Amino acid sequence: MSEVAEVLEAPLARGAGRAKRTKKRVIPGFGITMGITMSFVGIIVLVPMLSMALESRALGFGGFWRTIVDARTLNACKVSFFASFVGALVNGFGGLMLAWVIVRYRFPFRRFIDGLIELPFALPTAVAGISLTVLTTDKGWIGKPLFELLGVRVAYTQLGIILAITFVTIPFVVRSVQPVLEQLSPDFEEAGMILGASDFAVFFKIILPEILPALLTGFSLAFARGLGEYGSVIFIAGNIPFKTEIAPLVIMSKLEQFNYDQATAIALVMLAASFAIMFVVNRLQVRSATYAGEK
Amino acid sequence: MTERRDFRNDKNRLWRIVLIALSFLFIVAMLVLPLAQVLHGALERGFPPFLKAVSDPYAVIALKLTLLITAMTVVLNTFFGISAAWAITRFEFRGKGFLITLIDLPFAVSPVIAGLVFIMTFGRLGWAYPFLQDWGIRIVFAIPGMVLATIFVTFPFVGRELIPVLTARGTDEEEAAILMGAGFFRTFWKVTFPHMRWALLYGVILCTARAMGEFGAVSVVSGHLRGKTNTLPLHIEILFKEYHTLQSFGAATILVCAAILILIARNVVESVSKKDDFHRARQGV
Repeated sequence: MSEVAEVLEAPLARGAGRAKRTKKRVIPGFGITMGITMSFVGIIVLVPMLSMALESRALGFGGFWRTIVDARTLNACKVSFFASFVGALVNGFGGLMLAWVIVRYRFPFRRFIDGLIELPFALPTAVAGISLTVLTTDKGWIGKPLFELLGVRVAYTQLGIILAITFVTIPFVVRSVQPVLEQLSPDFEEAGMILGASDFAVFFKIILPEILPALLTGFSLAFARGLGEYGSVIFIAGNIPFKTEIAPLVIMSKLEQFNYDQATAIALVMLAASFAIMFVVNRLQVRSATYAGEK
Repeated sequence: MTERRDFRNDKNRLWRIVLIALSFLFIVAMLVLPLAQVLHGALERGFPPFLKAVSDPYAVIALKLTLLITAMTVVLNTFFGISAAWAITRFEFRGKGFLITLIDLPFAVSPVIAGLVFIMTFGRLGWAYPFLQDWGIRIVFAIPGMVLATIFVTFPFVGRELIPVLTARGTDEEEAAILMGAGFFRTFWKVTFPHMRWALLYGVILCTARAMGEFGAVSVVSGHLRGKTNTLPLHIEILFKEYHTLQSFGAATILVCAAILILIARNVVESVSKKDDFHRARQGV
């Protein structure tokens, strides 16, 4: 097997070496399961993705370039990147805190908090979108005090986009960091404390290096998800061109104008960005797998 | 559950209180309030308007369509997930890493793009359009396209859960069963399935949640024909944009209830499977 393929499969098929020993195929079902798998992958992923990529030829390089550097598109991409980055950052801190509190402390409603973390995955994004919007308008439960006391508007501003993205991506960092924190041996921390290290030193020199790969994985997954998020954002964003328009919405509006080529061009750029992020995640997982050894 | 040693906690009492308080604040503001807002928005004017919103014919049709699409997606995806997990973990072949990458790919793709790829394949500009036209099959702006798009966004969910479990188990038990004369299906049901049932259920729950709530991808391929290709999330969007906030939240309540059920199911499956693993480990199975 090539080195690249090994790297790609490493996070999923840890310990695949075990199967490699088998010289002769004893287990039946290769043909049928492989056939089903390839048909699904072909019909659902490979053919549609390639079709889209091929369709963008119609635009030519010049047209492609003009679509991308169009001021409105560029601005939407900027808003998307900025909001996703800030959202992922908020989750980096908030998620780390939640994971820490859930793993390390015992307190009433701990199980409740732990169980509630996946809510953003279970709750349809449209429902989250309308709920967050009503919450943060000038008359909403959160929006009213914020506006009256601080003069801050959330709904229909970039702050609203950040809020929606933060909401949808809450589980990523918590669920990446939590298992690593659970398996962290207390011995090193205790050794550090006995040797006189301060709380900060123990956290930054002993705990943080151990959980950093998981933290970065969670951050990147949240970032990637935030970039593509549509359902929850469109309600709260207000979708004002040059201000609160996100990249997926620009694709959507190009589609509504039957501008399929331009929609495809923007989609390809966004795909490239997501793949770059997923590549980083993959490398991080390989690294953390080599450090942590077999889980 | 072992009790934490006091050694680490005593020193950090202040930190502990501050962090727990902050966590509660974060959870209440970010997760509890949005849920409460949906219920409040739906019941603001008492029960009768709420019941009217929920039993609105368009809402009922949308709910039925959502259930239909979710059911089809979950069945097909489970079928695919089991096949893929079997092929990937039980055999060695060239390009396995690439295949896994392809299965993972939809994770990284925006839902809007997930819808777009099907428009570009089966829609009027797509290469498959003339063939479909000849056969009189409609995919885009019809239910088949919505199912395809939903399968796309939930593609890795079942397989992703199964592959690590089956990899960790190895193939020794299946090989023994086959060598002792059991057939393929018997081996699968009696040997493989008991090991992977919790992971499978977990994957199915995740897949159901995402399929039920999918918005972006379905929105692109649905064409928004009210009463025909409008799922419940799309119905909620239309109502909200038309300033029928009460009806919108009323319809959203149905999905909130489903989400809470899914959340409970997820937690039950997780704790039961942990106990199951613990039990097996103790028995040395």
